[in-house]
Amino acid sequence: MNRKNLIWLGVAILGAIALATIALKRGETVNAAWMIVAAVCTYLIAYRYYARFIADRVLKVDRLRPTPAIRHNDGLDYVPTNRYVLFGHHFAAIAGAGPLVGPVLAAQMGYLPGTLWILAGVVFAGAVQDFTVLFLSVRRDGRSLGDMVRSEMGRVAGGVALIGVLLIMIILLAVLALVVVKALVASSWGSFTVISTIPIAILMGLYSRFIRPGRIAEMSLIGFVLLMAALIYGRTLSQTPALASLFTFRGETLALMIIAYGFVASVLPVWLLLAPRDYLSTFLKIGTIVALAAGILLVRPDMKMPAITRFIDGTGPVFAGTLFPFLFITIACGAVSGFHSLIASGTTPKMLENERQARFIGYGAMLMESGVAVMAMVAAGVIEPGVYFAMNSPAGLIGTTAAKASQVISGWGFSVTPEMISQIAKDVGETGILSRTGGAPTLAVGMAQILSGMFGGKVLLGVWYHFAILFEALFILTTIDAGTRVARFMIQDLIGSVIPTFMETKSWSNNLIGSALAVAGWGYFLYAGVIDPLGGINTLWPLFGISNQMLAGIALTLCTVVLFKMKRQRYAWVSVVPTAWLLVCTLTAGFQKVFHPSPAIGFLAHARQFSEAMAAGRLVAPAKTVADMGRIVFNDYLDAGLAAIFVAVMVTMVIYGLLSVVKALSTPDVTAVEVEAAGLAPGGTHA
Amino acid sequence: MHNNFRKVRIVGSWAAKTARLMVGVPDYQDYVEHRKAFHPNEPIMTYEQFFRERQNARYAYGKGNFRGCC
Repeated sequence: MNRKNLIWLGVAILGAIALATIALKRGETVNAAWMIVAAVCTYLIAYRYYARFIADRVLKVDRLRPTPAIRHNDGLDYVPTNRYVLFGHHFAAIAGAGPLVGPVLAAQMGYLPGTLWILAGVVFAGAVQDFTVLFLSVRRDGRSLGDMVRSEMGRVAGGVALIGVLLIMIILLAVLALVVVKALVASSWGSFTVISTIPIAILMGLYSRFIRPGRIAEMSLIGFVLLMAALIYGRTLSQTPALASLFTFRGETLALMIIAYGFVASVLPVWLLLAPRDYLSTFLKIGTIVALAAGILLVRPDMKMPAITRFIDGTGPVFAGTLFPFLFITIACGAVSGFHSLIASGTTPKMLENERQARFIGYGAMLMESGVAVMAMVAAGVIEPGVYFAMNSPAGLIGTTAAKASQVISGWGFSVTPEMISQIAKDVGETGILSRTGGAPTLAVGMAQILSGMFGGKVLLGVWYHFAILFEALFILTTIDAGTRVARFMIQDLIGSVIPTFMETKSWSNNLIGSALAVAGWGYFLYAGVIDPLGGINTLWPLFGISNQMLAGIALTLCTVVLFKMKRQRYAWVSVVPTAWLLVCTLTAGFQKVFHPSPAIGFLAHARQFSEAMAAGRLVAPAKTVADMGRIVFNDYLDAGLAAIFVAVMVTMVIYGLLSVVKALSTPDVTAVEVEAAGLAPGGTHA
Repeated sequence: MHNNFRKVRIVGSWAAKTARLMVGVPDYQDYVEHRKAFHPNEPIMTYEQFFRERQNARYAYGKGNFRGCC
């Protein structure tokens, strides 16, 4: 055995020891460093062996085949780019709120199930999807997922996929907006800093448009300094009652503000608000991820959450439902995220220097995203479990006072005193921390504990907490702005196919109507989530998880079909196994969300509970009027319908996939629709 | 010593390129060289025009431009 293999053997053994430590140690606390070691070793082995197997045997990447960047080089969209630079670009594009929120919610079952799924999911499903879709798009001139589904699987399949994407978009925007609302309710410090990002971004936009055009570093620096000033002033503001009351909002008010903001922001010119804030949030996101990694490695906190809690039986307060399938739905991003298939078939494939880099960029960047999810799990796990449940259980379960909450939570077996609850709130500069569902506040408390352990100690705990909230809110708002635009374009496309004049995107009235429709779509679900007694996240996050996994299922079905068309069916299991797993998870979860007899899980059972009460003339909390009752029933049916549509889209795609596979098998020829390999000048084909 | 200084500069320029590309602005020098090499006698955008063009393109529809969710 040569030396190189010995090193890899060492990595494998170290990884196995780390995994055994986090999985088997019972009764004593496990250090978070073991989680990181287990994750990194898993990633290294997967990248070295499995990703290489996929590159060399399954896809047969061809280093010499010209990529779109070489063939169409225009110095703008199509640019051969250094692989490390491109890795940064791709990672910044895929990383977002998803891998941060999902693991925090899943921590209610203990840190172990979620961590194992994040590791197994990324190696066998998520990274495989990102890598393969990127490769397919590189072979097809950088075309989008929808385009590829249409050309490889037919027009109907392409149309169904597009409708699926639009629906996911709406649910995604609603759930992300809800995360922000939940983080800012009754928090004057948080609301002030997040609101001040708007004038700061506009100032940056004006600066880079008129004063120093295109100077990204300068304007980002100015923005960052102002942002930190707002963050620090926020504490003073929150301690000045007259000012604090101006920035203390109820959930409903915040929801309406975000809806109004989403509408206005999406019709403004991009340079004024969207672009500058995008720059700021991108850099802040990368910086914070790096800081969090450094913090975990330097502080090496102990995990206080048990490895497994009793809530794997489906009775958990954070989300309802048993470990299978709901853990696999709750953690989508970080293990496998369908959204990445849109990015892997977006700008990245137009910049690869050669096909061999698809492994580093596609598989590698997804491994890194998975690492972010593991860090989020660590941040949730270092908090006292009692405090975790106080923050993440809806008021309907634990009440609204610290005394009541500590009594209920201690009854679940997680000891927590009212003093602990109020002390944490005081430490982070909030009026209260009960029922701050949505993941962001919990993550912020965990991050604040880790980062203040590295720098600043208890004095800066509050600043770190609000920094974490600001960082999440900032890029969620950017996503809402950009996502509303994308949804508007999709709606304009859809309606435009019936009324062609609606497609004209330069028309102001079209843009206003399109944006209004898009905002109304996600705004409706957001508002319903805010007034939901179970906190909304309970309802919306599973729907988002199902839709995201469904999109991953579509992407992996496409990968499978193309493998058969390329006559590589011998290796098709590489994408068939994850597709089948996602199919099982989404179908089971979708079915249970619609038909489960428990009102906590099944939408129809919940609707029935309220309808029966209405018929008997009773009011069930939180409804205060008969009209409220009717609205809750209507929303249940709407959510059930959505879940059913997601399942139907997934099943339709798989059926079309099977038909395409059968067709591919019936001919001895390669039928994949790739662009020709050779015959182009290196300078590109168009001006 | 001189060699180390050069290394730091190279890493620094890579970091700057990465940061710019993260927000959708590819390298301007590469663009200029590409235009000179393959499109001689055709107009070349100034950096300001180039920046605006890239900024608009980043948020235009149909280029896989939806980022940062998961």
